[in-house]
Amino acid sequence: MKPQDLTDLALRNLREAILRNALTTLGVAVGVASLVAMLSLGVGLQQMASKRLSQSGLFDTIFVTPKNSFRGMGRPRPQAESDKPVRPLDEDARYELGKLPNVIEVYPQVRFYTEVRFNDKPYATVVAGMPESSRNSGAFDGMQGNYFSSSTANEAILQIEFAKELSEKTASLVGQELTLRYAERQALPAASRDASNGGNESSGGFSVVPKELRLKIVGIVETEPAAGYGGIGNARVLMPLETASTLRAAQVNDLRDIVRGNNSAKITYGSLSVRAKSPSQVEALETSIKNLGFNAFSLLDASKSLQTFFKVFDSLLGIFGSLALAVATLGIVNTLVMAILERRREIGVLKALGAADSDVQQLFFVEAGVMGFLGGLFGVAFGWLLGRVITIGTNIYLERQNLNPIELSSVPWWLVIAGLIFAVLVSLAAGLYPASRAAKLNPVDALRYE
Amino acid sequence: MAEAQPAVQLDHISRHYIMGETSVRAVDDVSLSVLSGEFLALLGSSGSGKSTLLNLMAGLDRPTSGAIVSNGRNLATLSQLELARYRRNTIGMIFQSFNLLPRMTLEENVELPLRLAEVDRSERAGRVSEALERVRLTHRLGHRPAELSGGEQQRVAIARALVNRPKILLADEPTGNLDSSTGEAILSLLRELQKQLGMTIVMVTHERPLAEHCADRLATMGDGKLLGVSPATRGTVQ
Repeated sequence: MKPQDLTDLALRNLREAILRNALTTLGVAVGVASLVAMLSLGVGLQQMASKRLSQSGLFDTIFVTPKNSFRGMGRPRPQAESDKPVRPLDEDARYELGKLPNVIEVYPQVRFYTEVRFNDKPYATVVAGMPESSRNSGAFDGMQGNYFSSSTANEAILQIEFAKELSEKTASLVGQELTLRYAERQALPAASRDASNGGNESSGGFSVVPKELRLKIVGIVETEPAAGYGGIGNARVLMPLETASTLRAAQVNDLRDIVRGNNSAKITYGSLSVRAKSPSQVEALETSIKNLGFNAFSLLDASKSLQTFFKVFDSLLGIFGSLALAVATLGIVNTLVMAILERRREIGVLKALGAADSDVQQLFFVEAGVMGFLGGLFGVAFGWLLGRVITIGTNIYLERQNLNPIELSSVPWWLVIAGLIFAVLVSLAAGLYPASRAAKLNPVDALRYE
Repeated sequence: MAEAQPAVQLDHISRHYIMGETSVRAVDDVSLSVLSGEFLALLGSSGSGKSTLLNLMAGLDRPTSGAIVSNGRNLATLSQLELARYRRNTIGMIFQSFNLLPRMTLEENVELPLRLAEVDRSERAGRVSEALERVRLTHRLGHRPAELSGGEQQRVAIARALVNRPKILLADEPTGNLDSSTGEAILSLLRELQKQLGMTIVMVTHERPLAEHCADRLATMGDGKLLGVSPATRGTVQ
């Protein structure tokens, strides 16, 4: 039979026992819905987690420190390394790192502990400079207010916990000003330097001068990007990196430089962050940075194990979701076997009129396939709806707890297609036995059947 | 008979069924030639094996032994698929209980063999109305079988059997469910088709007078054996 006639006859047969077939199809739909809903939750959680992680800049950023960094303190260093001259992390090094392939940006960590005055009250906190690339990293999505108007603006974005300390109505803070008090590091004039350390040129030194800067609050953000990574605690006041750099605020590594006797006029960095184009390039980049003579560190391995975790998590959800579909499959087998009994005589007539065994087999097969397809279609829709309901329910709860809403479930297009194909394949498999049983009916017996 | 070429040649045909531990010989060593263009009536009482013989000729069943040659091919050796093609293209069948599909309209019932034979859709409507005209049924074509009288239903079944233009029409007690005058009308329709289209008709019946009236030859069966073949006397039916 031609496919069009086959489908036509199959649909006609399905309509003849509309209630039974609709119930069977509903069973498939429920099965597919549970599968899709489970997987959509898995996918949603995974997307949420990887979005948070990519926003944090943890997986495309390499943290570079000089080999003599304090980070190595307390760990015995290999003898061979300590003998080599240590390469400082200075402007030349920053330029060289920027020239490496697949590097988007190299920026220093500007992070200092200081005091902020708001409404004449002092607050102690950590201030961090944000590189320009963080504007589009997604870390500031959903923030109150706006991102910095320019990379040199005297503006600040507050972390929400800090904003709550300043005012109960955090939204009203946007547009107001706060005063940043910090210690500026100033190079000593050559004469005084000579005087202070007995003409020893190699011994550096600087004076620290208290300064103030007024910053306009432009926004409030949930969490600080790159919080706790390579820094000294969470920064709660964020400002443009360039603005922060020009302050020449005294930082932790400055003291180290003094002790080590570095020339104070020449800036060295305690650490530099190198942002790669994508996490996949991090590994190669890390190796080339190490070859330049620096320490390099990234969290790529953590990301890999996270992916493995989600694969296992998704398969577990998939297995539980499939259970309902397995039950629905039995429903298809049952329905079609019943249909054979009912349509026994009809099968005999079809055979007497010249239907081959394969025609009868295909007819039952198409009926199973149609039930699977329709069930899949409704199931994907139900599953999506179920995911939405769970998301909405969760968000109502989160809202009551004063937390930000999340996208708990996600139904990407591949899940829709896969759900449909899976439903049809499983239904066809369920149709195998009834179809072959119908095809093997002896036409003489079938015609005699009343 | 001018045309001596057999349409179906049965050569020492047997069909045995195993029922429990006993073997039932439904058809026992029957040899018979059905001549091309003739109207042959298969007579016999219930259980005489006449329907089994008809099913063997239709390719619905296979003989335990012997050969059935039609169109130059032995049905006993054909594959399942070839038998289906033989039923589709060479054979038309009608039954005592009409066997129309109840949910389909008359036209759809008649169209069914065309679907199985994969005839083009454009050609089907013409073939269906041609077949329905031959059985003189031109109204109520969109109705379901249950809305028609028995005689009308049997005429639809005949149209369905004719629609693929088969050479042989096999009829299993076609008047069994009809009153006598309707039955007579159906038989004269069959007779007419035989004459007009040059069809070979084999009809199973247990009503000898009807058979005498319309058939060319009568083959009588009893206990699975062919008891004899005789020309019809063509007497009038009372």
